[in-house]
Amino acid sequence: METIGRALVDAIRLLRELDPELVETVALTLQVTLGALIIALVSGIPIGAAVGLARRLPGRALIVPVIYTGMGLPPVTVGLFTYLLLSNQGPLGGLGWLFTPTGMITAQTFIAFPLVVGLTMTSVQGVDPDVRTQMIALGASNRQVALTILTEARIGVTAAVVAAYGSIISEVGAVMLVGGNIEGETRVLTTAIVLETRQGNFALALALGIVLLGIAFLTNFLFHRLQVRQGGP
Amino acid sequence: MTNAYELTGLRHRYGGRCVVDVPSMQVRTGEILALVGPSGAGKSTLLRLLNFLEAPTEGRLVYKGNEVGHDVPLDLRRKVVTVFQRPVLLRRSVAANVRIGGRIRGERHGGEKTDALLGRLGLAGFGHAPARTLSAGEAQRVALARALIVEPEVLLLDEPTSNLDPYNVGLIEDVVRSENHQRGTTVVVVTHDIFQARRIAQRSGLMMAGRIVELADTETFFTTPQRQETVAFLRGDLVDSGAYIPPPPKRRRRSRR
Ligand SMILES: Nc1ncnc2c1ncn2[C@@H]1O[C@H](COP(=O)(O)OP(=O)(O)O)[C@@H](O)[C@H]1O
Ligand SMILES: [Mg+2]
Repeated sequence: METIGRALVDAIRLLRELDPELVETVALTLQVTLGALIIALVSGIPIGAAVGLARRLPGRALIVPVIYTGMGLPPVTVGLFTYLLLSNQGPLGGLGWLFTPTGMITAQTFIAFPLVVGLTMTSVQGVDPDVRTQMIALGASNRQVALTILTEARIGVTAAVVAAYGSIISEVGAVMLVGGNIEGETRVLTTAIVLETRQGNFALALALGIVLLGIAFLTNFLFHRLQVRQGGP
Repeated sequence: MTNAYELTGLRHRYGGRCVVDVPSMQVRTGEILALVGPSGAGKSTLLRLLNFLEAPTEGRLVYKGNEVGHDVPLDLRRKVVTVFQRPVLLRRSVAANVRIGGRIRGERHGGEKTDALLGRLGLAGFGHAPARTLSAGEAQRVALARALIVEPEVLLLDEPTSNLDPYNVGLIEDVVRSENHQRGTTVVVVTHDIFQARRIAQRSGLMMAGRIVELADTETFFTTPQRQETVAFLRGDLVDSGAYIPPPPKRRRRSRR
């Protein structure tokens, strides 16, 4: 109990002082999270919408379970896979991305992408099928029909964004493996917490934890505002 | 008098079952044509064919000289719009729902047109309301405004006023009639309200089991029907006569899954 109390006091001090190490870690966390999130969304939303909207999709019986499996992949497995991909002997070793933020973004994108695809797909499939008929009957092109349905599914698509964001920012195993938790280079909030806790620096670990929670809450608060503005619950 | 549609030897099948079988039929440009008939007669299917939502399995469907099959060009498709029995409105404001047809056609403005139409349909001031909060009658009027804003050549109405109260029925009929009168819009209205047919249509027809049993001037159709089935239907004892066959439960199409 005493340790926690002292750690809390120290944590508040570190936050008030804007500890440079802390600031650096937060900055890199945001960079990696946003980088992976944007790539996962830009690639995942169109693919999820296409799978959800396709009337005839050869191999759907296989594609959908593959997506669902991807949504629940153990992140550390993805980390290992990315590690092998980016290591010197790996097929992408020449890029030199191992132990860099780019490598971490790559791993995080692999984790978030299936989530975005799967949740976009299901929310698009949840839209009243008569919307399609009605839009076609109003003279919409295929593209316009797809965009309208995607817009109708926007609350579900926002949920996809939230899920992807949460999975990325809270992830430890993959970024640890691929990034290596190098101070000032690839140390993010989650890996820093692991390290500081192990070394007994509970104050710093707790401060990092508070910041992580704060960022997650603030972002989700904004996402929710967005959903409300879209007419959601 | 020119024809908007010419149907020749038209047949449409679902899984081998012929649900529309029309050897010959014309829809005249600028007329209001009403089709009545029991459920499952194929009325909605015929409207879907007229809206080019499906291509007929057999026969010719000609719209203003263009034979229509698969892959209907977009500009042709945009001349015909349907208002369905159940209005499907988007999760947007009423005004945004009305504007969508224009948006689809690349029009960027349309605010004044929207307001004017909403006013005509008794919905002045509803523009900013979320469309999902409307009553059934209001929603159907929005659906009609959304169809009319694109000034279609043909307006197809599939039981547009069933389940609506007399006030809404009257409003919708008035607007349809004036649209037909002022802009020469061709209207095909499917209804099982024979009085509605009588009120608004110049010609009326009875559809049963996929066939057009009788099609005549509305006055003739109602006062001196030629066919036994028409007499029975107008008298309202078709259901008892055994000619009414309820449609089988709709199977969800497999491809959608
Ligand atoms: N998509 C479809 N697939 C299979 N059968 C259908 C489909 N749509 C309609 N039918 C069948 O075609 C017949 C005519 O239906 P419909 O055109 O909806 O009749 P109406 O509008 O006159 O009540 C019915 O027996 C109906 O079950
Ligand atoms: Mg019908």
